[in-house]
Amino acid sequence: MNVINKDASVHEGWAIDENIENDPTYPMRNRAYSKIPSRPEQQIARVEILHSNERPHYSSVFGEIVPPSGLSGQLRRYAFQHSESRYRHWLPLLLADRIHVVEELINDVKQGHIPNFFVEMGGRALWKYDKMTLLKKTTCYAVGTVAVLWTIRRILGKK
Amino acid sequence: MKAMNYRGPFRIRVDEKPMPEILHPRDAIVQVTRACICGSDLHLYHGMVPDTRVGSTFGHEFIGIVRELGSGVTNLKVGDKVLVPFNIACGECVFCVQGLFANCHESNSMSTAAGGIFGYSHIAGGYDGGQAEYVRVPYADVGPTVIPEGMDEEDALLLTDVLPTGYQAAEMGGIQKGDTVVVFGAGPIGIMAAKCAWLFGAERVIVIDHLEYRLDFVKKYANCEVYNFKSIEDPVLFIKHITYWLGADVCIDAVGSDACGNAMQTITGKKLLLQAGAATALHWAINSVKKGGIVSIVGVYGPTDNLVPIGNVLNKGITIRANQTSVKRLLPRLIEHVQSGVLSPKDIITHRFSLEEIPDAYRIFSSKLDECIKPVIVV
Repeated sequence: MNVINKDASVHEGWAIDENIENDPTYPMRNRAYSKIPSRPEQQIARVEILHSNERPHYSSVFGEIVPPSGLSGQLRRYAFQHSESRYRHWLPLLLADRIHVVEELINDVKQGHIPNFFVEMGGRALWKYDKMTLLKKTTCYAVGTVAVLWTIRRILGKK
Repeated sequence: MKAMNYRGPFRIRVDEKPMPEILHPRDAIVQVTRACICGSDLHLYHGMVPDTRVGSTFGHEFIGIVRELGSGVTNLKVGDKVLVPFNIACGECVFCVQGLFANCHESNSMSTAAGGIFGYSHIAGGYDGGQAEYVRVPYADVGPTVIPEGMDEEDALLLTDVLPTGYQAAEMGGIQKGDTVVVFGAGPIGIMAAKCAWLFGAERVIVIDHLEYRLDFVKKYANCEVYNFKSIEDPVLFIKHITYWLGADVCIDAVGSDACGNAMQTITGKKLLLQAGAATALHWAINSVKKGGIVSIVGVYGPTDNLVPIGNVLNKGITIRANQTSVKRLLPRLIEHVQSGVLSPKDIITHRFSLEEIPDAYRIFSSKLDECIKPVIVV
């Protein structure tokens, strides 16, 4: 499969960035810069921004997109009370992400927008390039949905 | 304006969103002309990165035209065509002044581990990204670089992340003349890392992946040896065998959390999310490198824990080097390489899509359909 070229120098640009001092650690620390310098001008927050409790304040700039809201927002606020070293920070964030998906789905429907799952999930591309996977996934989802509905119906019927 | 809109794992669409605004004197508004989908965007798309909020716009690799400037930006003018490094960096904190632009301390409130990154969840600062018609660019006096006269726009586009990351992967490997370098992953970053390994004097460059079309590509593009791990029972044993039973001098993890090849890693890392992605490539890198060797990590992992053989790092005396790429630090050298023709990054682009086609673009890239290597969104 492979033809091994014994003379590596035939490769274009071979060794032009050779640095024998980079062995093994590229020198990057400059102790002259070990003190905290003055900070850039602070951006003013117009929405709720959660910040890590491993820093005393916001960074000088930050993004303002999608401020926390709803149940997912409550979970995010809880998460940010804990340091980045703790599962109490990350697991609530993962859970909040999943809850947020449902919240936004409900918001979409409330606003009269029914999401086109087929298009949003790249179904057109799958149909063009990988029909078999698309059919398998569609079948699995259909069987799963029918099974869930059937189970719910049985449980309700017994009651 | 139109922008990509994340709706949940594996679900995205294009929506109308409000125009970005200048929120800080050092901001700029850039009209995006081209943006890439990065392999690390797929970690977001797959729902693997915590605090990825529905409604976010992804995209950290983009170029465009400056349309508006904050009062504090004096080195750019409206109308400039700029390439925008994926790092958001202030240029004056204790890390930026030492060239660690990826580790800026003044661009990300939400996490102290990572610097700010465009369109990469709230753990990277909560910024919208460039898979949109317009984007807010903070610290526009530091990151954005005017595209040199005569440079192909798509070469400039790949200077925002892909090429610098591949180059830094090789640089962090401390490659010396005569070294054997193994690159895990033949995605865009792995391809660039293999290509750049020669620039530091490698004698032998080996790429490991499981997708035959990508191995074929990197074999031609980077003129290296390639092996499909599906056809070799144990990649670590195989690498030992072909390196006189010592291991490689340098191993590069250019895969990150979406790795295949180990059932336990896949189930616990990708399916159950019990670890921050599947660390298969890193596991192989640690075990394949020789004693005293260097493992360079540019593959992206989540912020929680991963299962890796840390005992072997100790016993073998391995140096592990890793970082997000400080694009700004590397740009002058890499622009030289592109202009001189030593590197031609645009050659790895295989697909171009309009912004409206972005759900299909993500699906094709994620599912490795149509022999996709690098998709570009033409806005």
